[in-house]
Amino acid sequence: MFSNPDLLHFIFGRLSLESFPMFHEPILAVTFAGVVLGGIVVLGALTYFKLWGYLWREWITSIDHKKIGIMYIILALVMLLRGFADAIMMRAQQAIAFGDVAGYLPPDHYDQIFTAHGVIMIFFVAMPLVTGLMNFVVPLQIGARDVAFPFLNNFSFWMTTAGAITVMISLFVGEFAKTGWLAYPPLSDIVYSPGVGVDYYIWALQIAGVGTLLSGVNLIVTIVKMRAPGMSMMKMPVFTWTSLCTNILIVAAFPVLTAVLVLLSLDRYVGTNFFTNDLGGNAMMYVNLIWIWGHPEVYILILPAFGVFSEVVSTFCRKRLFGYSSMVYATIVITILSYLVWLHHFFTMGSGASVNAFFGITTMIISIPTGAKIFNWLFTMYKGRISFDVPMLWTMGFMLTFVIGGMTGVMLAVPPADFVLHNSLFLIAHFHNVIIGGVVFGMFAGIVYWFPKAFGYKLDPFWGKMSFWFWLVGFYFAFMPLYVLGLMGVTRRMNHFDDGSLQIWFIIAAFGAVLIAIGIASFLMSLVVSFIKREELRDETGDPWDARTLEWSTSSPPPAYNFAFTPVVHDLDAWADMKKRGYVRPTSGFLDIHMPKNTGAGAILAGMSLVLGFALIWHIWWLVAVSFIALIGTAIAHTFNYNRDYHIPASEVVATEEERTALLAKQQA
Amino acid sequence: MLSKLARGVAIASVFTLLTGCNLVVMDPSGDIASQQADLIVVSTILMLIIILPVMALTVFFAWKYRQSNKDAEYDPEWHHSTKLEIVIWSAPLAIIIALGAITWVSTHTLDPYRPLDRIDAERPLEKDHKPMVVEVVSLDWKWLFIYPEQGIATINELAAPIDTPIQFKITSSGIMNSFYVPALAGMIYSMAGMETKLHAVINEEGVYDGFSANYSGEGFSHMRFKFHGLSDAGFDDWVARVKSDSATLGRSEYLELEKPSIAEPVHYFGNVDPELYTAILNMCVDQSKMCMNEMMHIDKNGGGGLAGIYNVMSLTYDTPRERGSQPLPLTESFVATLCTTPTGGLSQEISSIPLFENGSEDSRFSPVPASVSTGF
Repeated sequence: MFSNPDLLHFIFGRLSLESFPMFHEPILAVTFAGVVLGGIVVLGALTYFKLWGYLWREWITSIDHKKIGIMYIILALVMLLRGFADAIMMRAQQAIAFGDVAGYLPPDHYDQIFTAHGVIMIFFVAMPLVTGLMNFVVPLQIGARDVAFPFLNNFSFWMTTAGAITVMISLFVGEFAKTGWLAYPPLSDIVYSPGVGVDYYIWALQIAGVGTLLSGVNLIVTIVKMRAPGMSMMKMPVFTWTSLCTNILIVAAFPVLTAVLVLLSLDRYVGTNFFTNDLGGNAMMYVNLIWIWGHPEVYILILPAFGVFSEVVSTFCRKRLFGYSSMVYATIVITILSYLVWLHHFFTMGSGASVNAFFGITTMIISIPTGAKIFNWLFTMYKGRISFDVPMLWTMGFMLTFVIGGMTGVMLAVPPADFVLHNSLFLIAHFHNVIIGGVVFGMFAGIVYWFPKAFGYKLDPFWGKMSFWFWLVGFYFAFMPLYVLGLMGVTRRMNHFDDGSLQIWFIIAAFGAVLIAIGIASFLMSLVVSFIKREELRDETGDPWDARTLEWSTSSPPPAYNFAFTPVVHDLDAWADMKKRGYVRPTSGFLDIHMPKNTGAGAILAGMSLVLGFALIWHIWWLVAVSFIALIGTAIAHTFNYNRDYHIPASEVVATEEERTALLAKQQA
Repeated sequence: MLSKLARGVAIASVFTLLTGCNLVVMDPSGDIASQQADLIVVSTILMLIIILPVMALTVFFAWKYRQSNKDAEYDPEWHHSTKLEIVIWSAPLAIIIALGAITWVSTHTLDPYRPLDRIDAERPLEKDHKPMVVEVVSLDWKWLFIYPEQGIATINELAAPIDTPIQFKITSSGIMNSFYVPALAGMIYSMAGMETKLHAVINEEGVYDGFSANYSGEGFSHMRFKFHGLSDAGFDDWVARVKSDSATLGRSEYLELEKPSIAEPVHYFGNVDPELYTAILNMCVDQSKMCMNEMMHIDKNGGGGLAGIYNVMSLTYDTPRERGSQPLPLTESFVATLCTTPTGGLSQEISSIPLFENGSEDSRFSPVPASVSTGF
């Protein structure tokens, strides 16, 4: 019976023993062994220390925005290791594959690696970092007790995680896309990519996309509806402003990605011809649509980083932010303009000169508000008292690095110049320049800055500085050679070169990647060292940086309800204003606090989505049907769960607050 | 003194590194690419007007207003200055206005579709000059160059006489690529069923690198060719050499050539079917397929009506069977084939592709009315 190929095909779809590449790829075999071993250790430890229940109750089912924010960042850091492993493999391949040397990665493997690197770094590192930070910080900054839709928040996180897991499965079951991170057709059509790689790509992004979109809706509503009394729009902290704009961009842009991937799936699954060469399909449509999402995506990532820098600069310069309203208007202008520039990603597709010139000029116009922002940070430093703590170091690194990326970006926006630089390593250097120099530096600044709020102790500055300097120097070593190579006419995504004179530049770039690896290791080290030295680094005030916004007015870590009393805001930089006016923390009159209840529904639904995605990828149709029905059924069943909230009794609030009163008194004594 | 010396050594070593390499994009040999390089320089200089002061001020403010410098002025409430705000918005604006004007003009003058108006800065061209035409086809994973005026074709080798305007007509057999010779001019995508154009001129004799600049799959890294800039006599010799090759490139040879291959050596075709490029462009080299221009013609005249449903087969050109190396996924993969029985209509056409492999003619699949002119 089991030799019946039809039956096997029915049960397993396209899945067969040949689908497991670790049986014939030594690199993957070693990786797989490592993952299995590591997995056994972690699972064993969890079981041994009896942590499963704790994990389920306190984290997996948690609808607390702070815990979800932290989980997003943990997800991002784990995926960073994967994405960076891909990066260093590419750097190694390009540093050795010259002339007769083919290198150690055949095209089949190399092409998957650069695709996975791009997809993972954007969708599963940068996005979770940004979303995680917004999740953690925004409700605290606006004086709210949680986000508007706490269950949705938990669901969003688990959907993002399910997308990440889908990508990780492709490492060991089947293959990943060999199309580049945007999977342009016709290459990604079924005709040219008949394997499961592109299907992994599609379903990973679709599942994660649901999470991203819902989290965007959630944060918009939170910011619009749940600000503390007195906090008008123009008294919102800049980070909250940039978060608002980012989430508006998410809600407006991600449906486009969903739609374009649906069309691509239809081409691949049911034989439609949206993007095929035949029957009137047109790949140019895909390229346009995906960049209509893709360009706003760039600003989705960078705007929150701009917000972090604004908070950090004013805090560490001990000074109000220069030009708050011009900062806000610049953010809004960028938000709007980011929809008017998508075509600059493919000037070389052959549009007419007027179209190209229009999009070139709109692109340049974005540099005006961006430039204004840089000036605002600059003049915030002017007449300040700057202390160079680690978050401020990241900000300084950003200001000096990002302007170079901005400059090369404007160069690429001139269409005739783009004709000679497009798809070259110059382009690669440019966008790593703005994404590392902007987004990554910003996120590290944010993590170091808000870490004491999340855990109650600061991160160890020595390892923080090590991490910063290795990242900064490593970045310049890794990407400045790529600018040069781009001007030498070297194009991207090559796995072999004929011209030996290029090799020295690739070796320098590989050296830079090693420095960045040390930077990442130092950051992980800082987490470990700080945990060990946590009593020494402990902050009991809740305001270790003498900062300016509301999140610093509560304890570190904040209680589940964030604020025992909703603060009243009178000025921008509400907490600085409260401190100046001699605000006295209320110590009596506490009431019961109404809070949302934890639920496992988010994790369960995401788990079902993961199964559904896997079944769709492998064409296991019975499992598609079963998991789809289960998914819809569970979602409907969950709506009948009316047991969604509870009250934290006043007595418990009193106890928590008295503890803090005692701590604060000890501080003052 | 010592630091000065160290700095000198550092600068010198950077320069040796940079001069040791060939920055072809900044120092090209074709007039179009030279103008594009000039634009890079101009835009860089324009932006440095803003960038350099910002970088300098960042470092200076960071140093001056450091916490330990108690002499520096400290004004925690200073957060607004209308004058300064005007400057920080208008300075970038002024630069962008200048750069925007340059962009508008240069995008039009350097539009790849626009016929050249000069050979180089000194030598203008007549308005009605006739450029040499080269038809470029990107295949998996090699380049086919057809010289219609000379009646020859080459694989992975391109040549042109210097100071002669060239018009490239560019298309693809399937996957999107990008035709790029950095020394000659900027790149442009090649796409199946579509034609892009590039006008350019090479001004110096030499051998230059050309390649695909848009990732196109497994053999992409080896999709490279040499572009020879030759004297008029040298070009004539080259044409004669290609012509002397006995190989002919017709439809059947093309269908063979179209199959994927990696690192294809240079070869020549002394003879080429003059209709081949148009057939490639319209995706009907295989004569059982309907040409795109015919289909468009039918559609323009109101479409094929119900009979048109039988057109599907003859329109499905881009299938893996031409590609040779890949398995045919269609019958297995599509959900549609699970749910329908192959009794007619669209699904039959899709699921019966193998029927065509023996080249059997089926009258149902050729519903082009005799009155439709095929154009070639």
